[in-house]
Amino acid sequence: MTTRLFGERVARSEDRRLLTGRGRYTGDFEPAAAHAAFVRSDFAHARITGIDVAAAQAVPGVLDVFTYADLADGFADRLPLLVPSDKLIAPRTQHALAKDEACYAGEVLAMVVARDRYVAEDALERIVVEYEPLPAAVDLDRAAGPNAPLAHLDMTDNLAGLVTEETGDVDAAFAAAPHVYDWTLRMERSASMPIETRGVVARYDEREDRLLVHDATQAPTGVRFGLAMLFGMDPDRVHVVAPDVGGGFGVKVIQFYPEEVLVPWAARRLGVPVKWIEDRREHFLGSNHERGQIHHVHVGAADDGRILALEDRFLHDTGAYCSYGLILPIITAAQLPGPYDLENYRYELRSIFTNTVPTSPFRGAGRPHAAYVMERVIERVSKELNLDSLDVRRRNFVKEFPHHVGVTFQDGGPTVYDSGDYPKGLATLLEQLDLERTRTEIATARAEGRTVGLGFGAYVEGTGIGPYEGASVSINPDGTVSVATAHGSQGQAHETVFAQVVADELQVPFERVHVTTGDTRRLGFGVGTFASRTAVVAGNAVLLATTEVKRQAAAVAARILEVAPEDVVFADGAIHVAGAPDRSIPLGRLAMASNPTRYAFGADAEEGAKLSQLAYEGGDRPLPEGSHPGLAATEYYSPTSGVFGFGFHAALVEIDLETGHVDILRYVVHHDSGRIINPMVVEGQIHGGVAQGIGGALYERIAYGEEGQMLNATFMDFLMVTAAEMPRIEEVHTETPSPNNPLGIKGVGEAGTIPVSATIANAISDALNTPVDHMPVTPEEVLTLAGKIESP
Amino acid sequence: MKPAAFEYLAPRSVEEAVALLAERGEDAKVIAGGQSLVPMMAFRLATPAALVDLNGVSELDHARVDRDTLVLGATARHRSVQELAGLRERCAMVAEAVGLIGHPPIRNRGTAGGSIAHADPAAEWPALLLALDGEVDAMGPGGRRTIAAADLFRTYFTTALAPDEILTEVRLPLPAGAVGSAFVEVAQRHGDFAVAGAGALMIVADDGSVADARLVLIGVRDTAVRSVAAETILRGASPTDPVLDDATNAIRSEIDPVSDVHGSSAYRRRVAIAVARRAVTLARDRAHAAVA
Repeated sequence: MTTRLFGERVARSEDRRLLTGRGRYTGDFEPAAAHAAFVRSDFAHARITGIDVAAAQAVPGVLDVFTYADLADGFADRLPLLVPSDKLIAPRTQHALAKDEACYAGEVLAMVVARDRYVAEDALERIVVEYEPLPAAVDLDRAAGPNAPLAHLDMTDNLAGLVTEETGDVDAAFAAAPHVYDWTLRMERSASMPIETRGVVARYDEREDRLLVHDATQAPTGVRFGLAMLFGMDPDRVHVVAPDVGGGFGVKVIQFYPEEVLVPWAARRLGVPVKWIEDRREHFLGSNHERGQIHHVHVGAADDGRILALEDRFLHDTGAYCSYGLILPIITAAQLPGPYDLENYRYELRSIFTNTVPTSPFRGAGRPHAAYVMERVIERVSKELNLDSLDVRRRNFVKEFPHHVGVTFQDGGPTVYDSGDYPKGLATLLEQLDLERTRTEIATARAEGRTVGLGFGAYVEGTGIGPYEGASVSINPDGTVSVATAHGSQGQAHETVFAQVVADELQVPFERVHVTTGDTRRLGFGVGTFASRTAVVAGNAVLLATTEVKRQAAAVAARILEVAPEDVVFADGAIHVAGAPDRSIPLGRLAMASNPTRYAFGADAEEGAKLSQLAYEGGDRPLPEGSHPGLAATEYYSPTSGVFGFGFHAALVEIDLETGHVDILRYVVHHDSGRIINPMVVEGQIHGGVAQGIGGALYERIAYGEEGQMLNATFMDFLMVTAAEMPRIEEVHTETPSPNNPLGIKGVGEAGTIPVSATIANAISDALNTPVDHMPVTPEEVLTLAGKIESP
Repeated sequence: MKPAAFEYLAPRSVEEAVALLAERGEDAKVIAGGQSLVPMMAFRLATPAALVDLNGVSELDHARVDRDTLVLGATARHRSVQELAGLRERCAMVAEAVGLIGHPPIRNRGTAGGSIAHADPAAEWPALLLALDGEVDAMGPGGRRTIAAADLFRTYFTTALAPDEILTEVRLPLPAGAVGSAFVEVAQRHGDFAVAGAGALMIVADDGSVADARLVLIGVRDTAVRSVAAETILRGASPTDPVLDDATNAIRSEIDPVSDVHGSSAYRRRVAIAVARRAVTLARDRAHAAVA
């Protein structure tokens, strides 16, 4: 019997472990380790003229205290630039410990290693740092302007990088456009805020010259190769494990945060295991943020709402350093056109240093900004021309695929949409919404004096970028199948969906497929879990490896069963001859047979050994040329380009004009990420994404004071959405397969987040009949927009 | 976010607790639910040399309604108050206010006495104490004394309690008769400290006029505050919508909210008036329902 799990709502295999407290997180390893704690800069910008650690050294229980002066060789260099670009004017990254200048409040200046974290923090209080405070660049607009305070002492302005690109003839199109508009849109700074903070635990075994690091990272392979180079060690002697990781959303893939270098360094130097578990305050002050951008758009439109020309000049807040190069604003620029065919599009992005926590991708990664700008443009154009914005969207849709956007994608290649069906997607959303009925309800509510509004948002999401991902698949003698990928999971259900792919291909029961992720001891090569790429890139690598194992199994079975490999069938955990199900060999036994040596216990072992003799009978050697023992393969998948999911959101909101509270009465999601491996997992991704999107639309904002001090670095003041703030999400799907990969899938990890700010802004704008061009919209801002209070 | 070292003291009686506190002096702090003190210690904003833990003092662990008075020992949890049978019917304002305190884990651990002694101007218990003309008992080296609500709260996080005194009991008289009451808050998220909040209570006389009215506001100045102006307008008046408007608009002169990361002073003023109006309206409607 052939079963098919691809597309089924298979319950997540990881949930039992995670929900019953059996997960193992970084903090669970090395319970006897010494603990590290860090002195962090009090000032947003200051010269460090001295650090006195003597009193801290004297605290009982302190093993050692380190400053920049203790670092040598590669450890004294600036941390690596993760994504270089020739458009980077000033590729600044920080030192593991600040050398003589601190460029954000929270930058690490000194490290204490002590018996436990309590003692380490006692010692921190005794370290005296001499600062010479400097003017700080904080506000993005101001930092980008003339005579701004300088974020770095050795620079003459704050420009980190500049990119301009144009497709079509924008100037000519503006000259011919009957309607031309200028608008400014702003998104404020936010942050990923995973429930598990970052953490690193390192043990160096001197006798074996072996370094073992547990790191709550999204990319253990890069950490491993980087540490091997820094320490001058053979990579085979460096192991990095990302065990269970409690959320990432982008913030855990920097390679390298200072602590990821310093903790292993201290473990080797001191000869004891060292652990550092970031606390929430450190996470606010020392882990990357995202989102801050200011867009100035110049729009040329036809009478019917078609966008004839679009120019976007925007500022991106890269914070104090730019380890991610220009990747974030480039994603914004590349995906700004969204589902619309912009023949004439030009952008100029300027990435600006400020004396704030550095920024790097957070779920959505530049795309929420893109969708926000484009969808507000569509709404404003529609409003100006008195057109239905849904009609305007339809008129501007890309209709033919592949579609060349005309600007560069984040991977450096052209931005090409592989497939999509935008009219169908929008129609699916409107059907679920019941547009006519909803409009009638809105009219009724307004007649009753209620303030309600309906908003839409659309997006595309470039997913599944390279360079590659790998997978190892092997069939074990007991008939189970082991699968390993090098990049870890932060809760995305890799164990489940990879097992679905393997179980389908080999026709083994789902429960017999065991997936390991994030352990470089199992597979050394890989890239990481980010950019909505795992299902696409690793998923297809799993498929390729499984296909190869299947080929091996068929070859061995064919020899034993004395048929051609094409004539065997995989079913029920066994292989049988086509048309003769009784001529069958269980896969476990076949695994034994494929390894011509004697090792196994149990009744099956004898049978396996006999089969082994049979399998290799008549050959000139025990293992035929070109084969290898066992049924195992490691394969890599490298995509030719990204694959583009898309979707549409609708929000019906009601506003309380006394308090400014925005109540989301309905939230409807259409989503298309190609073929779906597991609908339940996809829905979970969308729900979580929408939650973070609502956070960005209405609640979450990292607030800095004028001097560069963070004003809300606690969960009491930084308002993450909770279950109580979430509306019920109505979710509908279409499946437009990608032609670019064997599984026909596209990534989904960030999709839910991308259009939420745009959708809610459009809904509030509709309710108040006034433009909403700033995100997040706080209750106070709602009241200000509604003219109920003076702007502060 | 690890506290500095401190000495932990676990007395079994109020006398022992008072003696320990006197002995350790101003470097010692009393802990009950720890919902404010422990985070401050974790940030090392508070570094007490010693903690005197009241949780082992069994005589302080009670929550009951004695005839017309809600009586709470110093370690009575918010949750214990929520579990008192019939409290919502007896005084909706108290039940609603307690339900607005944080989240279940906070209510399971935090105490009314701790909230009152801490005197956060956005907290609910000081407002309830003021609105219901309650009182607290304090025990110090000089013995026991009773402090009326009106004399207790001085300014931000500051009360009339001396550093060597322990708040031992809270008493809130619950009005009887044709009474209606309510507590209304606006916070950006469920369970957050309120941007502004209001508790209102109204007793309606047989002729439909207001026999008694109380209006208390939180989050609007340095302490929770009774609105004398609003209560004066309401008492003796017929509680029509225009009268309620007048009364709630009268709070303007009595509030002085600060601007912070969650909103400007102007925003908080508007919200304060909105919650006051809602609370007073609910109190009136419930008082009318109690008559009927």
